[in-house]
Amino acid sequence: MAKKQKPKLAVWKFASCDGCQLSLLDCEDQLLPLVGQIEIANFPEASRAVVKGPYDLSLVEGSISTPHDAERIHQVRRASKFLVAIGACATAGGIQALRNFVDVKDFVSIVYATPEYIDTLTKSTPIAEHVKVDFELRGCPINKEQLVEVIGAFLQGRKPNVRQHSVCIECKRRGNICVMVAHGTPCLGPATHTGCGAICPSYDRGCYGCYGPMESANAGGLSLVWEGLGANQSDLVQIYRTFNAYAEPFYTESRIHESKEH
Amino acid sequence: MTEIALTVGTHSVLERASLDKLFAALSKRGFRLVGPTVRDGAIVYDELKSAADLPVGWTDEQKGGTYRLKSRNDGAVFGYTAGPHSWKKFLHPPAVRLWQADRADGAFEIKEEKPDAQKTAFIGVRSCDLHAIAVQDKVFLNGRYLDPYYQARRENSFIAAINCSQAGGTCFCVSMGTGPKAASGFDLALTEIREQERHYFVAEVGTELGAEILAELPHREVEGHEKAAADETVAKTAQAMGRQMDTTNIKELLYQNYEHPRWDQVAGRCLTCANCTMVCPTCFCTTVEDVTDLKGEHAERWQKWDSCFTRDFSYIHGGSIRATPKTRYRQWMTHKLATWIDQFGTSGCVGCGRCITWCPVGIDITEEVRAIREAPQSPKGSPTGDKHGNT
Repeated sequence: MAKKQKPKLAVWKFASCDGCQLSLLDCEDQLLPLVGQIEIANFPEASRAVVKGPYDLSLVEGSISTPHDAERIHQVRRASKFLVAIGACATAGGIQALRNFVDVKDFVSIVYATPEYIDTLTKSTPIAEHVKVDFELRGCPINKEQLVEVIGAFLQGRKPNVRQHSVCIECKRRGNICVMVAHGTPCLGPATHTGCGAICPSYDRGCYGCYGPMESANAGGLSLVWEGLGANQSDLVQIYRTFNAYAEPFYTESRIHESKEH
Repeated sequence: MTEIALTVGTHSVLERASLDKLFAALSKRGFRLVGPTVRDGAIVYDELKSAADLPVGWTDEQKGGTYRLKSRNDGAVFGYTAGPHSWKKFLHPPAVRLWQADRADGAFEIKEEKPDAQKTAFIGVRSCDLHAIAVQDKVFLNGRYLDPYYQARRENSFIAAINCSQAGGTCFCVSMGTGPKAASGFDLALTEIREQERHYFVAEVGTELGAEILAELPHREVEGHEKAAADETVAKTAQAMGRQMDTTNIKELLYQNYEHPRWDQVAGRCLTCANCTMVCPTCFCTTVEDVTDLKGEHAERWQKWDSCFTRDFSYIHGGSIRATPKTRYRQWMTHKLATWIDQFGTSGCVGCGRCITWCPVGIDITEEVRAIREAPQSPKGSPTGDKHGNT
């Protein structure tokens, strides 16, 4: 029997901190079985050796924030059979999407000594706004077990077990006591996408929404609960305006409270 | 102590100090003990080492969307109401592996998951929760497809019920006919009595096993005034329900009001977070997830708690049937209070109030029923008739 060729994996970086792609190296025990099944063909964080495309599976980290990247993502798409956007930057524009609420030229003129060297877009946007994305894995950063699940599902040709419901379901399955109901601690869990394992409530903290909005997030309904617990308009702008600030309905919700601030 | 013949239905007196001996007698028979204990600012159900783990001197205050653990100074052992957990945590656990399979020589081998037969004693089960267990028994043990894992857990359980000595702010068992006194489904049922000089339990025998266990503990026949004190305790609780629900023709009421504007109102508040279904002691829905290793040589099938508030729950080819919060809330409440009756012959609601307390926005199922009842919509084509057009 001829040896079956291993599928080729490529990892691409756009505007991001590299934390999500490092989750792949962080897979430790799973990393060796993984390289047994898949050829890591392009992964600059791990190796300078680059195998030419096309690639069977591309993991794309980061958002599109420059004209150059807006071009490059199309090249990546053309070279990839299956494209998975990983992390809050790639799926929601990331923390850098805070520029989407203001005029980016103001930032550039304040931050850089020679603003004319900076060629940037007015908005930081998720990959899916530019090319067709086959799957989005949420989180800031992504959960490495979920990453292995997505790659494993790809290798076996099945659907990944990655749900899109609230953090609450995961929290309750763990037997946690609701920090909001029992302690009065504001928590974004009811509006936030599952996947982290309900880490913060498990350590008696409120969820702060690293995984972005869940499938049917009612941010307006949740804001009323936060207000009841003492949050003011400025607090509400802050909580929705983090790593997933540009994802609906967090985007609109933070704007609603911003307009009430003044 | 007077020796009496302990048979089903007899009442005895057990002093407070003998609770330890109850635990010891159950442990000696190989039962794992689970029951109430204080953890993370709430009274939860967990494994107990001894009676010292019980929430002595603790209580709770509950209202829509709020639970607070409070101390009390009378040393009551069971002086609280239904908390964040229900017994389904043990009887119908949140995640269960159903089977595993390994590839071998071009074929695959399935490894069956043996039903877990660990003997478990449930301490402090309230009447609403006894009814909830009976509801889940109907779901899992009746009909053609019985659940062998649930069956094994039920066959190996011992239930020490507690008759409620106080009602919670979101309790409405009286409306649902499910409490506050345990009527059946227990091995022993205790009523806690605190008097100035004494602290004791009136114990009712529910099964032969219950009688055997009680016989091993220091006990004596109940006296008239002690039995009266127990009856009065429960009667007072029944008078103090935090909530009420009028269940008259509730099935018809909900069937006739599918398009009531109230569903839109509640959907505006509902976060579709699914907390109500997670804390509900009768909600039984699960999903199955098939997982594989990276090599594709090992696979496992897991059953996990799921909820009708998720989009995937009603997903079939092409999309989710219940795409909006309105349709999901309506499905949940109508199932609980109406279609459940057609499906299983009982209501799916036992009036424990957990869905009210643990809903982050405090949506109140009793209030939702009231709102629809106060301004019902006329059934189509028949201003005063039922859904078939009969008046």
